[in-house]
Amino acid sequence: MAEVIKDKTAVVGIGQTAFGKGLPDTELSLACQAIALALDDAGIAPSEVDGLASYTMEQNREVDVARSVGLGDITFFTQVGFGGGAGCGVVGQAAMAVATGQCEVAVAWRARKRAAAASRPWAQARARIADNWQWSRPFGIIRPVDEIAMLTRRYMYEFGATRDHLANVALAFRKHANMNPAATMGHREMTRDDYMDARWISEPLCLFDNCLETDGALAVVVTSAARAADTPHPPAWIHAFAQGLPAQHQTMTNYFTDDPLRGPAWTAAQRLWANADVGPDGVDVAQLYDAFSPLIPLSLEGYGFCARGDGGPFTDAGAIEGPDGRLPVNTSGGGMSEAYVHGFNLILEAVRQVRGTSTCQVPDVDVSLVTSGEGVPTSALIFTKDRP
Amino acid sequence: MESGWLLPDVNEPTAAEFWAGTARGELLVQACGRCGQWRMPPRPMCPYCQSVDVRWDRTSGRGRIWSFIVPHPPLLPAFAAVAPYNSIVVELDEAPTIRYPGNLVTSADGEINEIDPATIEIGQPVHAVFARVDDVFLPRWVRA
Repeated sequence: MAEVIKDKTAVVGIGQTAFGKGLPDTELSLACQAIALALDDAGIAPSEVDGLASYTMEQNREVDVARSVGLGDITFFTQVGFGGGAGCGVVGQAAMAVATGQCEVAVAWRARKRAAAASRPWAQARARIADNWQWSRPFGIIRPVDEIAMLTRRYMYEFGATRDHLANVALAFRKHANMNPAATMGHREMTRDDYMDARWISEPLCLFDNCLETDGALAVVVTSAARAADTPHPPAWIHAFAQGLPAQHQTMTNYFTDDPLRGPAWTAAQRLWANADVGPDGVDVAQLYDAFSPLIPLSLEGYGFCARGDGGPFTDAGAIEGPDGRLPVNTSGGGMSEAYVHGFNLILEAVRQVRGTSTCQVPDVDVSLVTSGEGVPTSALIFTKDRP
Repeated sequence: MESGWLLPDVNEPTAAEFWAGTARGELLVQACGRCGQWRMPPRPMCPYCQSVDVRWDRTSGRGRIWSFIVPHPPLLPAFAAVAPYNSIVVELDEAPTIRYPGNLVTSADGEINEIDPATIEIGQPVHAVFARVDDVFLPRWVRA
């Protein structure tokens, strides 16, 4: 069934607002601006849009976005759950809708203001807890960083990963951000000493193991091969798409399965590579979801770039640094150094790598991978430059 | 005067029996009423045989530290007041994939920040104690 969507659609437009803290515009205004920019980039009129896709955590409703931007009659709209795990699923479901004829021009977006109350559920929690969080929060495992730190400690114990490996991740992404004028941390350099001296947030994770907190919005335009033939930029073909929710998985606090460190990446990867004409060896550049630095070695393992437990050492010797590393990762700076908008900025960077317009452009990119949140039900996309 | 601690709704039907157990000083585990398989956290259906019949078994209350963290601020006020503190996950001796999040203390009445984090190690044997916070009894753990 993969043939129904494989290479049938492309991202033909990308748009993003400025990134920052305390941006004056509302979330709705930011969403509309990003979508308008993406449509302009695609050379497609708002009235042509007939499909919408976003996150269940998105606060802007389809009706408000559509009537503000002046979209056409919408015949497909959907949302994907689990926060940072949703991003590639949002774009992938838009692609499925276009490929199956439910719409012709779909917009996928995410807009977020971190200052907004609904954006940080853990900080709002006051009432008695009746759901799965009653098995973590009463014990002080409260924030996402606490939840992932627990898995990280176990990962370091089982496989020998070190803080130096996590520093490799933080430093590589900061280096990439320093090349990217749009990055929040574009002008802030980081040394290994900076990393090692940073204050703890949840041991074994320090400040620089965490993503940023960012206001901003991003959007992409997905359309058919026929419509893509008439757009100004090279299409980023959607070659393969997968979601992943492993058996017995518990989102974030995945402490209860037989093998908690075998996360959603493994599930998404099985479907992704089965549906693709390439394997991990064929990937030229990767955007891996980085709410926290340890998600990078876990994702490198899950998506098959190295053996189980080798994700830490894989990051040594500049291997994940662009533009010339063995596998450049998060070449715009990622969630840790460009912006944290639930991973949607990673999707736009994956498209730019195919277009050849990244500020840390990897030479001769044919295959560009992007993944969404590890540690939560997730998703992944493969973009290609050429269509078979 | 409530503590400001994050606490479970002990009346939520799926896990109410667990919290009734902690109030009696017992660490329970949900088991399938048909096939007998244990599961944690509690849920309404057995993932092994799809029965909705439920039984609650008493565990040994003994286990080993599976992992641990030491949270620092920014935190909610009640937790910031005792930070840095430890949080742990314990794997049960008789069923290592049955795991309980908790805190390491020196006694049931101890604070969750009283143990030097540098002395905490994965694999250390522990047993359950029960700490009263407002009207709830939370399982915590002391070194065996």
